[in-house]
Amino acid sequence: MLTYNKPTTVDEAVILLQQPQHAARALAGGTDLLVELRSGRLAAQGIVDLKRIPELRALRAEQDGFRIGAAVSGAELGEHATLKAMWPGVVEAANLIGSTQIQGRASLGGNLCNASPAADSVPALIAAGARCTVAGPGGRREVPVESIVTGPGKTSLVSGEFVVDFVLPAQAARGGDAYLRFIPRTEMDIAVVGVAVNLTLDAAGVCTTARVAVGAVAPTARLVDAAGAALVGTTVDETALNALMAAVRAACAPINDKRGTIEFRTHVAGVLAGRAAKIALDRARSRA
Amino acid sequence: MSKHHISTTINGEPVEFLCDTAQTLLDVLRDELGLTGSKEGCGSGDCGACSVLVEGRLVCACLVLAAEVDRCAVETIEGVAQGNALHPLQQVFLNEAALQCGICTPGIIVAAKALLEKNPDPDEEEIRFWLAGNLCRCTGYDKIVRAVQQAALVMRSA
Repeated sequence: MLTYNKPTTVDEAVILLQQPQHAARALAGGTDLLVELRSGRLAAQGIVDLKRIPELRALRAEQDGFRIGAAVSGAELGEHATLKAMWPGVVEAANLIGSTQIQGRASLGGNLCNASPAADSVPALIAAGARCTVAGPGGRREVPVESIVTGPGKTSLVSGEFVVDFVLPAQAARGGDAYLRFIPRTEMDIAVVGVAVNLTLDAAGVCTTARVAVGAVAPTARLVDAAGAALVGTTVDETALNALMAAVRAACAPINDKRGTIEFRTHVAGVLAGRAAKIALDRARSRA
Repeated sequence: MSKHHISTTINGEPVEFLCDTAQTLLDVLRDELGLTGSKEGCGSGDCGACSVLVEGRLVCACLVLAAEVDRCAVETIEGVAQGNALHPLQQVFLNEAALQCGICTPGIIVAAKALLEKNPDPDEEEIRFWLAGNLCRCTGYDKIVRAVQQAALVMRSA
């Protein structure tokens, strides 16, 4: 019989999740977990609902950015005006997940820990330099978002561990981010390619830092260091954008399926990187 | 293991029920509480036929465990009309024949009502994006979108 528990503290949740053989699964918005449950694919013997833990539902501005509870819904992110103004790419990426109904429940923590290579919010969080707090039997650790997913459906979390919240740094004064994805339709679909760009400019308009992350073109979302490096020291002109696109394409190792061939996904990743960089550039300039 | 004892509020009325972990809110609404207005289309959060509000938030009842709504407020299609008085959305959907088989209609009414409470004057694009998670397989969406616009007009002039 499947058990259901709703702990109200992190410590209580760690104990409940620390069952033998990963028998218990963490529940946030449930938009992936419930589908698994309904299809009979859920191997777990228990569900630990994390939404009654206040830390997982809190979204607050801090001195150095934002702290976003792992179970905060996409709809709540979209309604947070100051978060949206500072990190529009992160919020847009999160808001691309599913329908209005899905947005009412889907969370950053779930999107990350479901470990789909095509998760929309993950490249945007990685580009933003987001870190997450992981709680577990050994206490708490803060790690970069890109260290969580290790492969399709697989994470680096051990038994008893779960993501408590995300820490987004403050965006630089002349900084901007953007996320774009390709899907065969206009809405309600899973990314065939996703690209996030986050860059900062100096007073002269020269790019000083840039982080570029791709999704759906490798077993996990990837931070592409060479793509960021292609922009640094430039005014993000056509030459720099061409170098960015080449670096992004070189980092792609996509699957080949009916939704996109290897050639198509690789080509589109470059195109989206160029477009996302232009949007991030405009945003960085308008914030200056 | 014993069942979960859940105390909730449905359409403003206190309701208590017992459920197993694997039962969704939709299962309990339809099979235990007799509230069959919310429909099961896909059962995987794609079609929106089971749209309800939990704590004021539009969700698919098929993607919510019944055990999760303990001490939460749930609103369903059954709470949209006030007694015999139809909600303007319901009246306009009837007048304009914005439905055929009707399976998607309760979810669309619940979702559209949530939209109009947030935005009393949405344009066509806003309506289409908001309702992208409500699938209709017979009427087509034009009549539905026009009906939502007309209901919005009725509600604004009320």
